[in-house]
Amino acid sequence: MTATIERGSATAPVNSPKKAPARKRPGGFLGSSNGKKVVMAVTGAVMVLFLVAHMLGNLKIFFGRDSFNEYAHALRTLLEPIAPYRTLLTILEIVLVVSVVMHMWAAISLSRRASHARPVKYVAKKSQANGYATHIMRFGGATILLFVIWHLLDLTFGVVNPEGFNSTPADRMVSGFDASRWWVTLIYAVAVVMVGLHLRHGIWSAFQTLGWANRNRYRALRVTAAAVSVVLVVGFLAPPLAITFGVIK
Amino acid sequence: MKYTEGPEIRDAKAPEGPIEGRWEKRKFSARLVNPANKRKLHVIVVGTGLAGGSAAATLGELGYNVTSFCYQDSPRRAHSIAAQGGINAAKNYRGDGDSVYRLFYDTVKGGDFRARESNVYRLAEVSVNIIDQAVAQGVPFAREYGGLLDTRSFGGAQVSRTFYARGQTGQQLLLGAYQALERQIAAGTVTMHTRHEMLDLIVSDGRARGVIVRDMVTGEIERHFADAVVLATGGYGNVFFLSTNAKGCNTTAIWRAHERGAYFANPCYTQIHPTCIPVSGEYQSKLTLMSESLRNDGRVWVPLKKNDTRAPGDIPEEERDYYLERIYPAFGNLVPRDIASRAAKNVCDEGRGVGPGGLGVYLDFRDAINRLGRDAVEKKYGNLFEMYERITGENPYDVPMRIYPAVHYTMGGLWVDYDLQSTIPGLFVIGEANFSDHGANRLGASALMQGLADGYFVLPTTIGDYLADGPFGDVDEEAVAEAEIKVRTKIERLMSVNGTRTPDSFHRELGKLMWDYCGMERTEESLRKALERIPELREEFWQNVKVSGTAEELNQVLEKAGRVADFFDLAELMCLDALIRTESCGGHFRAESQDADGEALRDDENFAHVSAWERTPDGPVLHKEPLEYEYVKMTQRSYK
Amino acid sequence: MNLTLKVWRQSGPSDAGRMVTYRVEDVSPDMSFLEMLDVLNERLILEGDDPIAFDHDCREGICGMCGMVINGVAHGEQRATTTCQLHMRHFEDDATITIEPWRAAPFPVVKDLVVDRSAFDRIIQAGGFVSVPAGSAPDAHSIPVRKEDADAAFDAATCIGCGACVAACPNGSASLFTAAKITHLSLVPQGQPERLSRAKAMVDQMDAEGFGGCTNTGECTAVCPKGIPLDAIAQMNSDYLKANSK
Repeated sequence: MTATIERGSATAPVNSPKKAPARKRPGGFLGSSNGKKVVMAVTGAVMVLFLVAHMLGNLKIFFGRDSFNEYAHALRTLLEPIAPYRTLLTILEIVLVVSVVMHMWAAISLSRRASHARPVKYVAKKSQANGYATHIMRFGGATILLFVIWHLLDLTFGVVNPEGFNSTPADRMVSGFDASRWWVTLIYAVAVVMVGLHLRHGIWSAFQTLGWANRNRYRALRVTAAAVSVVLVVGFLAPPLAITFGVIK
Repeated sequence: MKYTEGPEIRDAKAPEGPIEGRWEKRKFSARLVNPANKRKLHVIVVGTGLAGGSAAATLGELGYNVTSFCYQDSPRRAHSIAAQGGINAAKNYRGDGDSVYRLFYDTVKGGDFRARESNVYRLAEVSVNIIDQAVAQGVPFAREYGGLLDTRSFGGAQVSRTFYARGQTGQQLLLGAYQALERQIAAGTVTMHTRHEMLDLIVSDGRARGVIVRDMVTGEIERHFADAVVLATGGYGNVFFLSTNAKGCNTTAIWRAHERGAYFANPCYTQIHPTCIPVSGEYQSKLTLMSESLRNDGRVWVPLKKNDTRAPGDIPEEERDYYLERIYPAFGNLVPRDIASRAAKNVCDEGRGVGPGGLGVYLDFRDAINRLGRDAVEKKYGNLFEMYERITGENPYDVPMRIYPAVHYTMGGLWVDYDLQSTIPGLFVIGEANFSDHGANRLGASALMQGLADGYFVLPTTIGDYLADGPFGDVDEEAVAEAEIKVRTKIERLMSVNGTRTPDSFHRELGKLMWDYCGMERTEESLRKALERIPELREEFWQNVKVSGTAEELNQVLEKAGRVADFFDLAELMCLDALIRTESCGGHFRAESQDADGEALRDDENFAHVSAWERTPDGPVLHKEPLEYEYVKMTQRSYK
Repeated sequence: MNLTLKVWRQSGPSDAGRMVTYRVEDVSPDMSFLEMLDVLNERLILEGDDPIAFDHDCREGICGMCGMVINGVAHGEQRATTTCQLHMRHFEDDATITIEPWRAAPFPVVKDLVVDRSAFDRIIQAGGFVSVPAGSAPDAHSIPVRKEDADAAFDAATCIGCGACVAACPNGSASLFTAAKITHLSLVPQGQPERLSRAKAMVDQMDAEGFGGCTNTGECTAVCPKGIPLDAIAQMNSDYLKANSK
């Protein structure tokens, strides 16, 4: 790949006196900083869609444990009998895992690039762009990852759940957020808020990265990003809080 | 200061015949260089402003092997970038009666009949191509809703022929040239050396064959050879210390070429720009220009009463003197720069100036805001207003701006013939660095035009004719060594004085002296005083200057000291030139030569010539180049 | 005014550098920031010290030569202002001011506050132009350009290449600089033929120079003396994506 572009009817012979670039040229689209940003945007979008579905599913708990369990079961039996048990869910899980891994890979890679780009730090540095959310993306991402691991152990595999693995999803959920386990609800709440902050910048940022943003849309995009984040936060917090405070028994 | 008079310059090499056909004729008669040979021909271009940048890019496009130098860290920063108002071109897109001939006529007249007709006609002719070229490069000129280019009228013109890009026309045109230059750098036709300063010209067997430069980062003295050298190093307005030039602008390149034999023409022609932000204190390091375009809608006034300290808003209409409108009813606030500047000086001398020290006049937008609305004014001048507020802390929407004249442009420079070649064969000089096409006064929006005309269109043609005889073989080693030793000796001398005054303090003193004695108004007495004082100050400089650090590193004090040293010599020549030109013309106003109304009075009988100075060990030698006007009848300029 | 300055001093690329404290007295509020440094430097020269090296040229906010991080903000806290246009009236008496160079690996320090920004020139070399040799242009009115496009192109084209965007970016990204040129030329018809190849070449060069990637924090546009808008970067992203999907 070359960095010079076709010069059309150049009237001069072309040779390359260009100084050797400071760093090795990265390979291909995924090697470029923009390519990595696109990876973040696309995988982020996949995860946002997942979160929306996940949230809607969670809300089933308000229609009773059976409704919730049916939903959980349906996830596994969808497409049956055409495809074997758990086909769709497995595909979804694979897509999700790939998204998470690629999102993290791109984030780590960009973050390493950033630290190479500024080897000597400022003695004094003051942020001029207002936007608390933008500055905690990496920290937020790492926190969310830790939470997701805990979350899977708790409610998917039941390893740290009082009901264990051999129980219905609704049981695990209700017992997991029991008032006696208020600290679980607290961890969950903190993590969900973190997700919200992450998305407030992330959703807007994805549009910017994919080149769909412009100054006429900025306001609308920021409002949308904030709205989606708030809806998700509220939607995710409603069931555990309802359980902890005894609204759902 | 003693000088002698040498033979006249009789032939500036302009083709004969009707003026409309001269450039065409020259283009055809200029020999072409075989494309295969161009690569073997090496051209050095010093300076990367509009002239140098466009010349280096174009020569690269043509296939020459070009080496380019600039003192800044990037060629994009040359001071052409600061030009605000616009660029003239005889496109007649408005259908308001403009034509190549009219632009030619206006420029000759505006230059107070001290420019060559042939050159000016060519400039007007080429002006139309510049706009085409710039638009094709993607320069975002202002446009109208129909998608066509917008134009405005500019000081000294009654047609609307000035193309502009908000208040940043120079920036946009320079970036166009810079991008073309970078394209050639990538293509390998141009080798760029940034942070390099030219310190001497290498002349071998009577031809300009290279330059001695200093790498401003390492302090290394380097030699570069070529078949021709092009100087595009701008003007010398910084001899006044305070000017609208960038801090780094200097005369060193052209001055040292002058020392090597290139004639220096009309050094005394200095343009004072009427609309600058006044000085606020002793520490002031430079002056900032407010685009002349402001005069299209702003009205210039001072209080009728002397020493009126009321706030401008408290001065009623009948106690205001809109002096430009009063004295020059036909042109009003749009009179040429020299007239507007002197008028401002006169009212301030009367004690009617405003602001600190009484050195300022108002430029008021109240009426424009009432007539057009604040939004329209903001659209047109928003960035200029912002800039003003940033510097002065005053908001020009509420309080009238204060302006005062400041040195802006130097019409003088190295003498060149019609081919832009100096008196040293192979040394070409373009842009503000040559004495050029503006005569004794440059019209607004004509500097950008001239720089780009020289760089894109004129030089690339004419230099080919010279290079057709090349390559010129080896450079005489002795000449190179001599030049290098001269440079090194000068640096060592500056480093070794170790006195008690900084280069800047000398520069400041020299500048004040020049402003007082050789500024807007010059008299025999003031010039004689300056000619007495300059050598004394120069003597003190060489005895008492202090340069810190070493010569083998980035040393901004050393750079400055070397430039100031050359300014002393130039200042002396400027004053001498001003002294013997006892007439007033354009940017050169001799108090002794004015009519009953206080207007500049030319003396065509004795001074219709270019004064080209040769530097010899026995002192300066004056060569006159007579100016003849076949097309534009010489008249006393009148803007009343 | 009296001020305490904490200035980054570094004698050359190989020196580690350190902050040095200076006291400056009798500063006029009407002085520009650089004039204040001039006054200090005049004193340092006479005291036999090495004056503080800093880049500057036009001193009217357009050449892009000057630039320092003042109290943690590129070009200081005054918005839409270059260092040379910053005036001392915006500082409090007896204030302590920290002054640092642009800090980014692709902008190595040359001396004190002077950095090497030639990486920007190489990004332009990669494609920041329209390939049109002098003399080959058609009449300027042959292609009308919508006023809105011309104005938006101008907004992007006002970039002065000072490097404040890189200095302010937490990632040391040159996205705003690169995007400004890509956007300028994408918005005018003359820039269309090379539009996608230009975006690709310039972004790849930006990466090759070692600048960081953009994370849309908006720090760049906040300090940009010309207020180059953030949507320039969206435009660049869009063109780059299209260039890569061809």
